[in-house]
Amino acid sequence: MVAINEELVRKVVAEVLAEVLSERKASSTFSAPSATSSQVANMKLVEVGPAKKGTDPREVVIGISPGFGTVFHETIVGVPHSEVLRQVIAGIEEEGLKARVVKVYPLCDVGFIGKIAANLSGSGVGIGILSRGTAVIHHKDLPPLGNLELFPQAPLLDAEVFRSIGRNAAKYAKGEHPTPVPTRNDPMARPRYQGLAALLHNKEARYVDESKPPMEVKVEFLK
Amino acid sequence: MAERKRSKRFEVLEARPVHKDGFIAEWPEVGLVAIDSPNDPVPSIKIENGKVVEMDGKRREEFDMIDQFIADYAIDLSVAEEAMAKSELELAKMLVDVNCPAEEVRRIFGGLTPAKLTAVMKHLNIVEIMMAMQKMRVRKTPKNQAHVTSATDNPVLLACDAAEAALRGFVEIETTVAVNRYAPLNALSLLIGGQVGRPGVMSQDALEESFELKIGMRGLTAYAETVSVYGTERVFLDGDDTPWSKAFLASCYASRGMKMRFTSGTGSEVQMGAAEGKSMLYLEARCILVTKGAGVQGLQNGSISCIGVPGAVPDGLRVVAAENLLTMACGLEVASGNDQTFSHSDLRRCARTIPQLFPGTDLIFSGYSAVPNYDNMFAGSNWDIEDVDDYLAIQRDFKVDGGLRPVTEEEVIAVRNKAARALQAVYEELGFPPITDEEVEIATYAHGSKDMPPRNVAEDLKAADRLLNEGITAVDIVKALAKRGFRDVAEAILMMMKQRISGDYLQTSAWIDENGYVWSAVNDPNDYMGPGTGYRLSQERWEEIKNIPWAIKPEDV
Repeated sequence: MVAINEELVRKVVAEVLAEVLSERKASSTFSAPSATSSQVANMKLVEVGPAKKGTDPREVVIGISPGFGTVFHETIVGVPHSEVLRQVIAGIEEEGLKARVVKVYPLCDVGFIGKIAANLSGSGVGIGILSRGTAVIHHKDLPPLGNLELFPQAPLLDAEVFRSIGRNAAKYAKGEHPTPVPTRNDPMARPRYQGLAALLHNKEARYVDESKPPMEVKVEFLK
Repeated sequence: MAERKRSKRFEVLEARPVHKDGFIAEWPEVGLVAIDSPNDPVPSIKIENGKVVEMDGKRREEFDMIDQFIADYAIDLSVAEEAMAKSELELAKMLVDVNCPAEEVRRIFGGLTPAKLTAVMKHLNIVEIMMAMQKMRVRKTPKNQAHVTSATDNPVLLACDAAEAALRGFVEIETTVAVNRYAPLNALSLLIGGQVGRPGVMSQDALEESFELKIGMRGLTAYAETVSVYGTERVFLDGDDTPWSKAFLASCYASRGMKMRFTSGTGSEVQMGAAEGKSMLYLEARCILVTKGAGVQGLQNGSISCIGVPGAVPDGLRVVAAENLLTMACGLEVASGNDQTFSHSDLRRCARTIPQLFPGTDLIFSGYSAVPNYDNMFAGSNWDIEDVDDYLAIQRDFKVDGGLRPVTEEEVIAVRNKAARALQAVYEELGFPPITDEEVEIATYAHGSKDMPPRNVAEDLKAADRLLNEGITAVDIVKALAKRGFRDVAEAILMMMKQRISGDYLQTSAWIDENGYVWSAVNDPNDYMGPGTGYRLSQERWEEIKNIPWAIKPEDV
């Protein structure tokens, strides 16, 4: 797991608060914050139009939240979003299936994002991922708050887990019954990260656009 | 960058556990504030022709669905104008005054709006909140609820831990899953283990709502509590719900003779990014009134899974106690939180629990972890099984009833072994993947899932699917247990089935004793009015609390 130190947490909190205060001064529409030097985006997300429902039974759709990879560039514990997508896609491809990425704008609830991705997916299996890292494997026939597998503790999700999520989603899509990705549990994640998670979520919620449909995204990994 | 010279004192302080906790400054614009947001409404009410036409500064035409539900179903119009005319200070004093009976407080508070309820809480300090809790809790005798979960969903271990939790005095035990599809088997383990530990213990399986109802209707659980309500319309809708749909769900439980309570808590709305700039307590006051308006007997609150949010802002933990108190003042059972990790500091952990433990609540914890926290699939509780002797010592130090009793190692080993064997027999009768004698032995003496050999998860999950698809009910479990010589356990489960028919445990704040007798706010009402009244430890209970097995007895030295 990528270590996060107190200094970084404080820095993020200070940055967010500073931004809020400056926004309040400007009291106009807010602009997307530019990536800080430590968050050089090594991935480009190009929206190519409203996402369509797939017909290929050999695809898994990955739904990402409104700020993923554009406003935010790493998870709550600093896993770069490019690495998250690279691993999930690799996991899907390892199983011989195709990945398709859509950006979900109307809300930023991981359950619904996963469900929307599953509905768009030709196989009926979708993955939902929030900017802070929270993830879900979903199926079109399950209720929005149901799931095939849920990964609620974002601070415990590293590159390896994201790859397994991709792999398992692909296996469900093939009609297999994979052993679920081993659940990690850190009872002390909440005291450390919940306040920060609330801050981050309130930031991401500002990029929700109820009038914008889910968009098909082309992912370009840069060096 | 040049290293600045550091104070050794500050280096020591920064290495302390409390410095691992997240502390966040208030951000009222998004509702990251415990109480008293500048965006909270000013209390008001106007009634015309028996209908609320204005509440908390909003005219009826501007009501969102939560306002409408509260105005139409939660506020007692016969007393609203009298109650709203009182000053917040006067209302706060009523809560604390030992000469003002709880019924009178509840009569008046029944007419208050969410903004007024919130404003009253500004006038109470933490000790006054505790005094008020002692009086306002609806059931006289305080009790406790446990979490029983396993990181590997190990069915044998779950049955053993359920039995031990019941033996230790918890009246309700709650499980959830690591892997969703294990859910039916976890319910089965708690049902059998719980009734081995003490007949009458109620168990639940916290999962997706329709599953919870289904598994309850099968008789595999006795109650439900994970039916969440929220203080803003947006968060409600994100959950695909309205107050009416939740009320309908509540009536589904009632019609099947099952106890249930709602869940809410400060911090959830801001955690989900939709607090509309309102304070956490104001939004929670709305949840409490939605619960009351839905006719539900009780509520689990005290921030619950969002405790890291109020726990991170100033005044947060006083406000968490205040939300428990408001629930009591509205005549509802309260399962008062303390059920989630919120601090690395043992001092903060203990301090967080005192406001509920010392005055007593209906269920002091809505989940004391009866397993080690590494096995706690609610992401960890504020106290776990490794803290239990500290808890027993605190009960004894302060002569306070925290709902637990000291137990001996021999008793615990005996009930754990019996629970494991009973589950083994039922698995065999149902043709589920076998539980070996070795697993029974290891689970009997185990501390947690790290001690257990792995099970064939794929095979267990097939059994879980079978349990659901073949329509297996508690009656099948009763038959299997009776056939295999566990007649007492079979009878205990049958007794729990009969409770569905009598329905006594649908009364407010009910629990079931080992003889199948139901205790609630109806036959054990809290009558506290100062010293000499209300709940006092009986001599028998005090002897039990006093006698921690590891105390040195003068005659033995």
